[in-house]
Amino acid sequence: MDNRIHLFKIKGKNLLYDIESSSLHEVDDLTTEILKEFDGENDGEILRKFGDSAKDVLEDLHFLIKEGSLFAPKLELPKNYRPEGVVKSLCLMVAEDCNLACKYCFAEGGTYGHERAVMSPETGIRAIDFLLKTSPQREHYEIDFFGGEPLLNMETLKATTKYARDREKETGKTIKLTVTTNGILLTDEVINWLNENNISAVLSLDGRKEVHDRVRKDRGGNPTYDRALKNFQKLIKSRNGENYYIRGTYTRENLDFTKDVAAMYDAGFRILSMEPVVLKQGELAIRKEDLPRIFEEYDILTEYYLQKLKSGDPFNFFHFNIDLQGGPCLHKRVAACGAGHEYYAVSENGDLYPCHQFVGKDEYKLGDIASGVVNGNLPDKFRSAHIFNKGKCGDCFARYLCSGGCHANAVNMNNDLLLPYEIGCEIQKKRAECALYILSE
Amino acid sequence: MTKGNLQETVKTGGCGECQASCQSACKTSCTVGNQVCEKKTK
Repeated sequence: MDNRIHLFKIKGKNLLYDIESSSLHEVDDLTTEILKEFDGENDGEILRKFGDSAKDVLEDLHFLIKEGSLFAPKLELPKNYRPEGVVKSLCLMVAEDCNLACKYCFAEGGTYGHERAVMSPETGIRAIDFLLKTSPQREHYEIDFFGGEPLLNMETLKATTKYARDREKETGKTIKLTVTTNGILLTDEVINWLNENNISAVLSLDGRKEVHDRVRKDRGGNPTYDRALKNFQKLIKSRNGENYYIRGTYTRENLDFTKDVAAMYDAGFRILSMEPVVLKQGELAIRKEDLPRIFEEYDILTEYYLQKLKSGDPFNFFHFNIDLQGGPCLHKRVAACGAGHEYYAVSENGDLYPCHQFVGKDEYKLGDIASGVVNGNLPDKFRSAHIFNKGKCGDCFARYLCSGGCHANAVNMNNDLLLPYEIGCEIQKKRAECALYILSE
Repeated sequence: MTKGNLQETVKTGGCGECQASCQSACKTSCTVGNQVCEKKTK
């Protein structure tokens, strides 16, 4: 089959995805068979094999080719792809400390492998200055307050937010603020403050109570679901159901995670994300042999998603949002998340890393907010780790949808920035197919 | 069914004002195809 297209079948429906134009078509069985051999020019060969019944099909296919939605030309790295990234996002590790001890935490209990530590208000403020000074040409910036648990350090959160909002007024630029929290410390006072300061919230909840409580315990070993849920519901209600994401993690122990998405929905949440855990080993780690079961589960989730969509009370599922006609440009699609060239993490002491998952890994330290990037090769390395330099991506139909996968996963799993994490790729491809199928409905 | 716009964006894209993808929601997810173009939201 021509490698510019992807043919797949979901729930009896044949879909054709034209990779280089990101176009989607529903096709019948005959067209599917013809497309397995058609390359846009070999009409004679097709007619010899399929007979006169192929005539109409070929006419339709040539129409699609002409309008640019089939066998679109191979894309290349855009000529105006900047050789150097312009930083627009910082993840501030305001507390390298946590009040929970989740079993799957990549940050070793929130501490990133060292003594518990929190970021000073001065460091938070200097990080804002670093961002504005480093990339004065940007109009939009993003700051994510992260941890550990960022609400453990309200002093820095408040000082940094005030400073960011003051600088916004002064410069006329936009600084989008987000906090990622486990919810335990979301008091009424904190909720009011988050709302007053227009801070988006990413809220960690794993779905069903028994699933959440099995992996997300506090430091005393106590379950946390009831406390987190109550606070999240209060927060969402206070902001009219907007400006948040419920973000769950599934592990090998709950591969029936549609039930967890349903539990989130039943609890009143409508903006949802559910992600596979990324672990190298252990009982919670996803294994290659789990993939067929996971694929089956995404089909079940797709069904559930469509059922809610048709019921008139839909929900937003992060991985099922694909906009083929108005989504990001090619420049964005080739270069993944921006870690290491457009996006840095700032550790509690002001050191810079490519992203939050690299914090504490000395070989990935970029520099610090006072001196800027001193490890000059690293941003270049990350900037050039785009899909045209990742061998595996060249053959993958989802390359412009996933953009090469998570750099941290590639390094953690394969010790190679250019070699994506295989299980992540397989899940990504399945999710992309489900999202395309949903578009077709 | 749906004609994508990817080819056209080669000429128009690259302003870089969009959100970092991992930052936009999930923190471990790098999906990009589901993001919003800031130019179009203006």
